[in-house]
Amino acid sequence: MKPAAFEYFRPSTLEEALEILARYEPEAKVLAGGQSLVPLMNFRLAQPRYLIDIGGLTDLAEIREENGSLAIGAMTRQSAIEDSPVVRAKSPLLFEATKRVAHRTIRNRGTIGGSLAHADPSAEYPAVLTALDGDVVALGPDGERVIPAPELFLTVCTTTLAPTEVLTEVRLPATGPRTGCAFTELSRRHGDWAIVGVAATITLAEGGECEEARIALAGAGQVPLRCREAEGLLQGRLPVAELIQEAAESCEAAAEPLEDIHASAVYKRAMVRVFVERALTTALSRAQRGQNAA
Amino acid sequence: MQHKIKLTVNGVAYERSVDPRKLLTDFLREDLGLIGTHVGCEHGVCGACTVFMGGESVRSCLMFAVQADGAEIVTVEGLSENGELTPLQQAFWENHGLQCGFCTPGMLACATELLRRNPDPSEDEIVETLAGVLCRCTGYRQIIESVVAAAASAGAPDNR
Repeated sequence: MKPAAFEYFRPSTLEEALEILARYEPEAKVLAGGQSLVPLMNFRLAQPRYLIDIGGLTDLAEIREENGSLAIGAMTRQSAIEDSPVVRAKSPLLFEATKRVAHRTIRNRGTIGGSLAHADPSAEYPAVLTALDGDVVALGPDGERVIPAPELFLTVCTTTLAPTEVLTEVRLPATGPRTGCAFTELSRRHGDWAIVGVAATITLAEGGECEEARIALAGAGQVPLRCREAEGLLQGRLPVAELIQEAAESCEAAAEPLEDIHASAVYKRAMVRVFVERALTTALSRAQRGQNAA
Repeated sequence: MQHKIKLTVNGVAYERSVDPRKLLTDFLREDLGLIGTHVGCEHGVCGACTVFMGGESVRSCLMFAVQADGAEIVTVEGLSENGELTPLQQAFWENHGLQCGFCTPGMLACATELLRRNPDPSEDEIVETLAGVLCRCTGYRQIIESVVAAAASAGAPDNR
């Protein structure tokens, strides 16, 4: 299938991009990596009349550490995240999730900003942002604003970004030394869309109790699902196998996955339980060893 | 409205005018006559359209030709030089790494990139890479063996 006709712009500054976006919205769409948008255009499920290619805005493709956080420019390619020693050290959860994003070829073009703005509930990055309580920075005609993860994802493939806004940066807290992280995913083959995905962290206190647990699910609803009840079960207690199982069952009960060609909702819910248990077990082991995904 | 683009493909410089909606795949095939890049799905899942841009593999069906302005593209036709098969292509030849050949441009591109980044990959790493390209003929076994053989052969990794 071929896309419908459109006018193409390749601005050299963010200001120029915003100006074109404001002039032509709601018929304009920002093109980042194109790995989600172009398939939609080729199917004609999306038919923007004006396409604004921000691939030239290299300022938006930097990875910075500041004040115990990672600030990742929205145009940072997923392959650059995969290859970044800073990400591997400071956000092992993001690193491990990146390895599950499609295939290397897709990651060479796909961006972190694009993945979050596209907001596919089965995608890895929205679950990671949700688990870590990260936020994004958006720039529009009225200026800049910060959108925390719980306020970003509205429903399937819909965020609270205004049509005149561009997502410019993603911010994640750095992972501390007593925290173990794990990203697990069930897919038909490695690289396929997640049937369910789990982003989990466990932070241990001195005595080995769970000081904090974080669990977010991909593919368990219309937006990434943060499992606060399960997190509460773990908090302050020794994370023995039975407790992890209880937490996994809590996630299973909370999940509201959408049925599709690959799996029924019942199956997906059962797999939530299995993959949460695996993620928590791995995260715990890594926290105990003081060693995240190598 | 047409856009002028200047790009290099397999070492040859081209200057053309394109409609923005023209996919890079179709530009390579129709405007430049390079039909080695195949059209399998047009939505980025089959990998038969894989080419190199700026030294990195990309799915050309997920790019518009207009985005390749100023770029250096290498297609499957550009992998070999002077008609000599690369060690990887030789390994495909010797290990029956293709039947109909439709997925082969994608397989060669992805395997070439893998061996450049990791000259001694494990079989798991090879399988993970090849999983991104759909093959309906071979069942993958001989393709995997071709890449294993290419990695093991005492040649330098493909340098393109």
